[in-house]
Amino acid sequence: MGTMVSRLWAWFDARMPSLAEQWKIHAAEYYAPKNFNFWYYFGSLAGMVLVIQIVSGIFLTMNYKPDAALAFGSVEYIMRDVSAGWLIRYIHSTGASAFFIVIYLHMFRGLLYGSYKEPRELVWIFGVLIYLTLMGEAFFGYLLPWGQMSYWGAQVIVNLFGTVPFIGPDLALWIRGDYVVSDVTLNRFFALHVIAFPLVLLGLIVAHILALHDVGSNNPDGVEIKKHKDSSGHPLDGIPFHPYYTVKDLVGAVVFLVIFCAVLFFAPEMGGYFLEANNFIPADPLKTPEHIAPVWYFTPYYSILRAVPPLFASQFPGVVAMGVAVMILFFLPWLDRSAVRSIRYRGRLYKWALGVFVVVFFILGYLGVNPTTVWGQFGFDAFFLDTKDRATWVARVCTLLYFGFFFLMPWYTARDEVKPVPERVTA
Amino acid sequence: MKKVFLSLLLFPLGVLAAEGGYRLDASPHDVNNLVSLQSGARTFVNYCLGCHGAQYVRYKSLTELGIPEAQIRENLLFTGEKVGDMMKTPMPAQAKQWFGVVPPDLSVIARSRGADWLYTYLRAFYRDPKTATGWNNAVFPNVGMPHALWMLQGEMHYDPETHKWTEISKGTMSRTEYDATVRDLVAFLSYVSEPAASERKIIGIMVILFLALVMFPLTYWLKKEYWKDVK
Repeated sequence: MGTMVSRLWAWFDARMPSLAEQWKIHAAEYYAPKNFNFWYYFGSLAGMVLVIQIVSGIFLTMNYKPDAALAFGSVEYIMRDVSAGWLIRYIHSTGASAFFIVIYLHMFRGLLYGSYKEPRELVWIFGVLIYLTLMGEAFFGYLLPWGQMSYWGAQVIVNLFGTVPFIGPDLALWIRGDYVVSDVTLNRFFALHVIAFPLVLLGLIVAHILALHDVGSNNPDGVEIKKHKDSSGHPLDGIPFHPYYTVKDLVGAVVFLVIFCAVLFFAPEMGGYFLEANNFIPADPLKTPEHIAPVWYFTPYYSILRAVPPLFASQFPGVVAMGVAVMILFFLPWLDRSAVRSIRYRGRLYKWALGVFVVVFFILGYLGVNPTTVWGQFGFDAFFLDTKDRATWVARVCTLLYFGFFFLMPWYTARDEVKPVPERVTA
Repeated sequence: MKKVFLSLLLFPLGVLAAEGGYRLDASPHDVNNLVSLQSGARTFVNYCLGCHGAQYVRYKSLTELGIPEAQIRENLLFTGEKVGDMMKTPMPAQAKQWFGVVPPDLSVIARSRGADWLYTYLRAFYRDPKTATGWNNAVFPNVGMPHALWMLQGEMHYDPETHKWTEISKGTMSRTEYDATVRDLVAFLSYVSEPAASERKIIGIMVILFLALVMFPLTYWLKKEYWKDVK
């Protein structure tokens, strides 16, 4: 038996040596720092969630019907009449939110340890592109169940493009393929969701990993492990990704799956945040819901959009702010002027800035799922109060702080007092 | 760090805006009580199905509630449907002219409205001469639907200003009997809104136990074993 396998392997290797070569480059001889901590699980977890989404998505397409008259019913058909259909559907709907949770934590790791800094700028840029593509993927997918929130959420987001001066209305029309979100829109969003964007996503992930494996992984100390090598040329503080990190990530995957399954089996609606109650009402183009909120993962940006006051009765400034809020991520490697990567050796300024940024991101996210009246109104009047909703003013302050984190970064990171960075990684 | 992760996961569950202002009663239904579900199914077919469909639910799925197929055929099928058919309403297309709205399909109403809302709503109808149907509702003001269960509950009067309820006439049921009927109906609606819900929880327990008791120790031990030689 053993010889059979080894002979088969030899047969392959003689004809396709690049297979073994790639395995070595990306796994068996990819040396990763030995001091990865909790925050380093989320890269491989994101990969796993991607696989979960693709596989469950394939099974969903076998019974889903991208037709405005049938879509809602076909989802209920999947939930009731398809064997384990409810399981497949909940895996996919829970997976969508899980994807964003994992990606947000993965990105936060980058902020903690300066993983975007030289020479890993491209790794970061591919990552931001993945994040943008994922947002598109999630947006298209959310229309497919054809519930009220699907419909009106899509209507609102497509209308954002309609605010662009001059070309806006034509642009929105071009995206929808109709004057309102309709069967045409559903069909094209289906195409984009099941093939176009997943393809782009896969390509970007390959680029992300290739770029990473060329420069090598960062670590919680932010030191370059390639500076100290042993006699055989391997980094002294590095260990082969396989088997060390494959087995470690396996533990992370199991822990993640426990949490994932807890939601999936016991709270698939997650109190209305993963599956919104309004989305169990079939889409009705004639009946606008009282309160339209995007799904939780978009709400920080939605808050920013609502916080910016309209100019000449146009929401365009808010749309620009929202766009800049995401696009600014691309420039992070050049905004950060700190001499050190890791938060462990940074000074007080960056620690405070990052802390405030996280709090602000949560507040914006919270406000984005709620109507602007959620915190009541100011009891006084003043000439500068265009709105008396307290939540809107809190969102405005938070929006300023959000942008402050990025725009003031060159200033506060250059002035921050940094601690000496060790030569080798610490525990 | 676990805390950060958990708070991110649970964020932002803090609020679920209650609508309208009328206080909702917690529904006492139990979707695992077969007797209650059967009684709810009966009420549904007799009182709701005339106007509302449950077009994603098959009559046959009632066998899951312990109602034999023969009984479904005899007692629940009125207009020549087959057991495998969907619960469609015989309501003609004029419904919109009669009520101002098409009576919504009830297949997933318990998921869009919530059980508490349904339980309160069905017990909050009152006489109102100002509306077209002569009925109004404290939870859903100016609703298009008349009180389909009024013969059971009787007629009530309600003052939206003072929130005072008074009885106008008695129905065939006492108040506790009526509440129980509504509870059973809500149980049935909750059940049909997600028939797999009970199965999902049972499978969930098994999956999580397998992950926690088999996969976790196994992978943890594997990791420990390999990482022994990492200094």
